[in-house]
Amino acid sequence: MTAAANNDAMAPTHIETDVLVIGAGGAGMYAALEAAKAGASVVLADRSLIGRGGATVMAQMTVAAALGEQTPDHWEYHLSDTLAAGRGLCDERMAALLCEDGPRRLREMDGWKVGWAREDGHIKQAQAPGHDRPRCAYVDFLSTGPAVSRTLRTQLNNANGIRRIGDLMIVDIALRNGEACGATALHLTTGQAVTLAAKAVVIATGGLTGLYRRNSASSNMGGDGYALALRAGAELIDMEFVQFFPIGHLAPRLVGMDPIMWDPFRYKLGGKLLNAEMREFEQDYATQDTRSDGRYVLTRDLATYAITREVEAGRGSPAGGAYLSFQHLPEADIRSAFGPVVDRLAANGIDLAKHPVEVAPIAHYHMGGVRADETLQTRVPGLYVSGEAVGGANGANRLSGNAITEALVFGAHAGRNAAQRALQSSSTKWQPQAAGPTLDLLRSAHKRDVPNLAAVVAELKGLMADLVGPFRTEPKLRSAIKAIERLKAEIGEVPVSSAAVFDPVLVDWLDLRNMLLVAQSVTVPALARTESRGAHQREDYPGLDESWGVNQIVALSNGKIELSRSAPVTGRAAA
Amino acid sequence: MKATLAIQRGVPGETPRLESFEVAFEHGQSVLDGLRALRLVADPSLAFRFSCINANACKECMMLIDGKVDYACTVRLKEGVTALAPLPKKALIRDLVTEIAPPDERLWPRA
Repeated sequence: MTAAANNDAMAPTHIETDVLVIGAGGAGMYAALEAAKAGASVVLADRSLIGRGGATVMAQMTVAAALGEQTPDHWEYHLSDTLAAGRGLCDERMAALLCEDGPRRLREMDGWKVGWAREDGHIKQAQAPGHDRPRCAYVDFLSTGPAVSRTLRTQLNNANGIRRIGDLMIVDIALRNGEACGATALHLTTGQAVTLAAKAVVIATGGLTGLYRRNSASSNMGGDGYALALRAGAELIDMEFVQFFPIGHLAPRLVGMDPIMWDPFRYKLGGKLLNAEMREFEQDYATQDTRSDGRYVLTRDLATYAITREVEAGRGSPAGGAYLSFQHLPEADIRSAFGPVVDRLAANGIDLAKHPVEVAPIAHYHMGGVRADETLQTRVPGLYVSGEAVGGANGANRLSGNAITEALVFGAHAGRNAAQRALQSSSTKWQPQAAGPTLDLLRSAHKRDVPNLAAVVAELKGLMADLVGPFRTEPKLRSAIKAIERLKAEIGEVPVSSAAVFDPVLVDWLDLRNMLLVAQSVTVPALARTESRGAHQREDYPGLDESWGVNQIVALSNGKIELSRSAPVTGRAAA
Repeated sequence: MKATLAIQRGVPGETPRLESFEVAFEHGQSVLDGLRALRLVADPSLAFRFSCINANACKECMMLIDGKVDYACTVRLKEGVTALAPLPKKALIRDLVTEIAPPDERLWPRA
């Protein structure tokens, strides 16, 4: 490369827009559509392809909303279930927004021909644990997420005013006088820096389950949006509450399918959880455990507890989980419920009528997230958040079916409110200096001798799973905090590069910069919360402590994590 | 069991080079599992696209596997040599990464 060309490559490309949406999963796509509908120009950026990454596309499950198509329902009932699952920590405004607006969004998707499964002309709604009645819509067969993503991609294709840019990794939010005015990014395919001026910015980057060894998310779900928000001055809430999905696929190796696919099988067909003695054990925990709600079908936190306890007691399956068996069912029943999926399983050597599979808890969803008001704006003016990246709606434990609903609802609201703010601002607040520190950071990247960063990422995921997993103790959490500090020192403060374009080493470094900060943001409040509640279970502090009925807030102050407490928000927001 | 991945590497304008890596695997693991393992133990600078890892939902890991266009996440590792190359009809970016985004989803839409 000539010197001149090199200089050109260093001069950032600059893009101006009303609204910048970061992340093109379900929430980001919906935010972009609503912002454009309100009349704003939109840039929808994703570090991967548009509408292909994130969590929504992976979801093979259900979407909860009080449609009342087959069984009478009201959003207030859905809200009661959501608040009960949240174990006293939900932000009621956020939860009410989710439940009240959910039906409208599902019907809008229906109008866009998402293909909700129907029965007798009505949208079919399944019963899921924690819901008081059948409330969960889905698309057959195990196609809910892909169908939602495809539908939103089609809407994007037909919309005006939305510029979609893939392979664009946002490195930092740009600020002017404490307000969000855009972002600085790395364009992966050229290795160039890009600056984006925006009158409002929406973070729609999903959760943080990529921080864990076994997880059900896309590779890019390392919590980057939380780090972007923290460094910009926003707060995080409920970060200690990471949801583990109890029956993630464990063995035999299954390719071409989402590891959380077994829940729909259980909803439709039953399915028995067995220990190594081939004995059902869920009932043991439903009746004996003091945290049980006494119902046969265990909620996710209790099922995770039950399987982990069986494994610890030496009654686990060979790969370290539980057996999930459908052997009691006639082959024809399995075939009629899951048709083509049965063939995909056969290609993996799995015959459910003959053999059980092995399942174990897997990091699935993050209840915590960026703290926002009822307009989805963070405490940083101009910085909005949507989807799983939002904290508060689900408290200490999320009901099944609420994740895609919140992607759609919060996406719509954040997009609309961001557009309103942008359209009310007469001029851009952008100034080139806002990108200065991040451009300097990117320019300083160079080849140097460091530990293999891909291995450091793997080490971090391992230590989060082993030390900050579903069951926690003070010694485990303290050693996690120490290990995270050590890894921070190992990667240093200057980015590492290995190539001029599409450099996975530079991406690993930038990811670790975010992941290590977010890992701290989970571990520090987990250590402080000396009780067990929802998805946060302390083996040294079993049982819920009423005095801990507060949210923990994480902020960054002079580069250090700062923890505070706040009473849960009560009251309702108007949808 | 051991698989050998013979990977075509390089950037546009360079003569492509073939590099072979040996990777241990268990029955049932995918080519993508092998590529990810390889970054951890041998060469973290190896470039390939993937997002969903396992679900065959993102469709990003498409490449030439033993001469056929296929997904690295669904083709199984095998003993002996597996040849990997970038998609032949897409613009090469680096190693196994090609420009697969629709033109209107790129920063600079190419003709």
